[in-house]
Amino acid sequence: MNTTIIRRCLAAAVGAAIAVGSAGAQADEFTKQDLERWEAQFMQVVQKGRELWTDPKLGKNGVACAQCHPNAANSHPETYPKFQKQIGKVITLPEMINWCIRNPLEGQPLPVDSPEMTALVAYATYERRGVKLEPGKH
Amino acid sequence: MSNNFSRRGFIKAAGSVAAVSTLPVTLVELAFAKAADNFTFAYISDAHIQHIRGTKFVNNWDRGLIRAVAETNLMTPKPDFVMFGGDLAQLATKPELDHGAGMLAKLNAPVRMVMGEHDYYLDLGEYWSKLFGPQHYSFDHKGVHFVVLNSILTHDDWTFNRWPTPEQRMLEMAGLDNPNGSPFMVGEKQREWLKQDLAKVKMDTPVVVFSHSPIQKIYKGWNFWTDDAEEVQALLKPFDKVNVIYGHVHQIQYNQIGNIAFNSVMATAWPWPYPQSYAQAEQYLPKLTIPMNRADPFFERDATGWQMINVNNGRVDLAYNLYNNRSRTVAFDHKRGHPADTQLQDVALEPNRTHF
Repeated sequence: MNTTIIRRCLAAAVGAAIAVGSAGAQADEFTKQDLERWEAQFMQVVQKGRELWTDPKLGKNGVACAQCHPNAANSHPETYPKFQKQIGKVITLPEMINWCIRNPLEGQPLPVDSPEMTALVAYATYERRGVKLEPGKH
Repeated sequence: MSNNFSRRGFIKAAGSVAAVSTLPVTLVELAFAKAADNFTFAYISDAHIQHIRGTKFVNNWDRGLIRAVAETNLMTPKPDFVMFGGDLAQLATKPELDHGAGMLAKLNAPVRMVMGEHDYYLDLGEYWSKLFGPQHYSFDHKGVHFVVLNSILTHDDWTFNRWPTPEQRMLEMAGLDNPNGSPFMVGEKQREWLKQDLAKVKMDTPVVVFSHSPIQKIYKGWNFWTDDAEEVQALLKPFDKVNVIYGHVHQIQYNQIGNIAFNSVMATAWPWPYPQSYAQAEQYLPKLTIPMNRADPFFERDATGWQMINVNNGRVDLAYNLYNNRSRTVAFDHKRGHPADTQLQDVALEPNRTHF
């Protein structure tokens, strides 16, 4: 270990000691404000997802996801991963969304870890909240 | 049933449409004293022809309508007329309406039109009317009184004052699940016209009403709904046999309210989920309706199609020609006194019919 690393470790240890002393900062504690902030972050992404879901520019032919899936209905996020006939294997929801972008929307697939894909998945899943998980179900 | 079996056979054969001159359509015809009272018409609806740019249109939706027109032209016996149930266009533009009208012009039977919201909210039906004529009207055919309503009107304030441009107004109404939309209605003026129109009709004359939206309340969030449905139903109540046929919902629905039988027709463009598949909403899908199986986008034409409608004894039987799905027939069951699926009505739901 060189001295820089030792110094960093020391600083981290001191920092941790200070944190332990301050109220509400334990790993297993969070405040109402924290919850609100996390939910607001999530709902922002859901909102972005709703915008993309209804956006005629997501694909290339002006067709939007919402044209066939109002309120993301019949996208069934609770059934993924599952076997999807047109792909020929078990896939996750983002892969199915990309199938839709390529085919009915005649567009270019999104990277599955892109913020746009996360937003689309967040919106579809949010609209299906409360429904029990049934992975693999057709 | 052998009937269904042969229908499926010919639909497969119709894949090579050019080689076939006529479709061996056999509709179940009940025997009546006057055979002339029975007749058949075709119903095509919800084509949603969608312009991309220049001469390009969304191919998927084009194919749905082209196929319906080609198959309708092969019907034997020839239909007395063809109804188009509204939403010919997606955003009511001239290129869309012209392209759609061009496809419908290939039908070799008289065509009558119903107004849909996707045809209307750009210029309030002006160009559509130039192409197709009045937005509401009636006619008589072989002893049946037919009424066509424009049921997709809404509050004047929404139509005239709310949106900065006609294009935005059209876009807002085009989003099925858009909370900025507004409920459909027939409206007072048209209801007054309907009252006058029906005043000349005898109570035992069968009445068939064509509308784009259901003249009943199923799910407001997607406008599977007409706000003044009860008022319109009240005008139809005095007649012995009333049938309402509507589009808009892109799925099979049927219902009976008093003397009024309700039947929906399919879209040629794309299917819609049943409202119960939207987990956050309360909806009132009629209990009589046996839903369609879940849409599977593996098939481009899944859960789309058109209808042959047989009128007998003043009631309507709908034979659904579904391009990629098992065909279905929803016929008025005179014993039960309501429309029923001729095969599925009393069959327990198969596992794949519980997942909409």
